[in-house]
Amino acid sequence: MAMRIVIAKPGLDGHDRGAKVVARALRDAGHEVIYTGLRRTPEQIVRTVLDEDADLLGLSSLSGAHAFLFPRICELLKEAGADEVVVFGGGIIPVDDREQLYDSGMRAIFGPGTTMAEMGEFCTAVEARRSAGEPSGVGEGGDWKWSGE
Amino acid sequence: MSDLLEAARAGDRRALSKLLSAVENGVESRESLGIPHNSGGGKIIGITGAPGVGKSCLVDRLLRTFSAADMRIAVLAVDPSSPLTGGALLGDRVRMQTADDDPNVFVRSLATRNQPGGLPVRLGLMAEVLVASGFDLVLVETVGSGQSEVRIVSVADRVLLVEGPGRGDSIQAEKAGVLELADAIVVNKSDLEGAERVASDLRSALDITGNPPPVLLASARNDVGIEDLADLLLSLPSRSGASMARWRERLLTAWDAALLERGDLDEVLSGLEAGEFDADQWVAEKLEE
Ligand SMILES: Nc1nc2c(ncn2[C@@H]2O[C@H](COP(=O)(O)OP(=O)(O)O)[C@@H](O)[C@H]2O)c(=O)[nH]1
Ligand SMILES: [Mg+2]
Repeated sequence: MAMRIVIAKPGLDGHDRGAKVVARALRDAGHEVIYTGLRRTPEQIVRTVLDEDADLLGLSSLSGAHAFLFPRICELLKEAGADEVVVFGGGIIPVDDREQLYDSGMRAIFGPGTTMAEMGEFCTAVEARRSAGEPSGVGEGGDWKWSGE
Repeated sequence: MSDLLEAARAGDRRALSKLLSAVENGVESRESLGIPHNSGGGKIIGITGAPGVGKSCLVDRLLRTFSAADMRIAVLAVDPSSPLTGGALLGDRVRMQTADDDPNVFVRSLATRNQPGGLPVRLGLMAEVLVASGFDLVLVETVGSGQSEVRIVSVADRVLLVEGPGRGDSIQAEKAGVLELADAIVVNKSDLEGAERVASDLRSALDITGNPPPVLLASARNDVGIEDLADLLLSLPSRSGASMARWRERLLTAWDAALLERGDLDEVLSGLEAGEFDADQWVAEKLEE
């Protein structure tokens, strides 16, 4: 089954080639991908996820925006009661920063070398967990995270 | 009435969003929601035209204008699904920044999911759910190629065709079907050379049809002509003479939907593949039943 995935780029850095490549790859994996464009605020991104009734949210950051903006977005999603939305990230995110992002509810962080096939596998794993009723959403708790299984 | 519809009516965006998904996925139907058949009240406006003419940019300008007049407006923005993978890239929001923070505005992107005619099968009901939820206007942006341009009349009360300069000197013959059905035409990108010319070509081509639709010029980029377009859309009568064509498209859409929702569709397809009967034969038999 196709899932609905929002790909968003918070923060101010001015190019989105990476985000677009990811959007196309997920489309080619059979999903319906909503692309939001550059420089959206956390509030705007969360509104898009809610209005579009997305299953997943992919966040891209190249400029260090992740450290503050990713957790903020996760927080806003939980506040809105959208616990079931699965959040993942990509771009340039130092290994040392990742634990904090997982703690805020993100389930996968993809580095620059990630293959598109792996992202597809992540989506498939999410789908399997959801239909098995296992936690995968941003506010669903548990300690599952993608580790390339 | 369903709880979701009631909550959506009361202004709960999340309920509305869930309700639209339920309709899109066939979990809720017209009957289960108690929504009457569209009475053609003029609240659902189709916006069609070739990719790149500026439909999404125009919609964004219109949203701002209507919202400033305290209207609540919803948008259904349709993009094509890949026939191979079923995936889709829904990118209209990139051009509709109003969608992201204006409280009077609600935008939902949707994929065609490979329906014949290029329109999602439940698009019409989704638009009607938005009307039933209290939106003053629902704008439906189509893929803008092939049959979807004509099929939109089966969903929309009024159809706005968007044209632009630099797309070939004369009006394309394939456009004829849409030209006959459009209730109004706007030539966008009036900031570029050639727009005036396209508008006057259109006017003279339409003159011979007896009851020509209005042809406007606008520039989404420079925010020119948008107020006039907004006013026109609010008061636009349905074009007389287009009525039979409209009903024809509605019938075809209903027909396709009925066929695709048959419980035995897979069996029929396997039967065709195995050569047990052919398509004409099968249809003729069903029509006799
Ligand atoms: N020059 C000019 N370009 C425009 C205008 N409106 C839209 N565009 C550009 O046309 C392109 C396509 O716009 P979009 O709204 O996505 O078209 P759609 O595919 O019909 O929805 C974008 O690059 C816009 O910046 C306009 O009024 N003037
Ligand atoms: Mg568009």
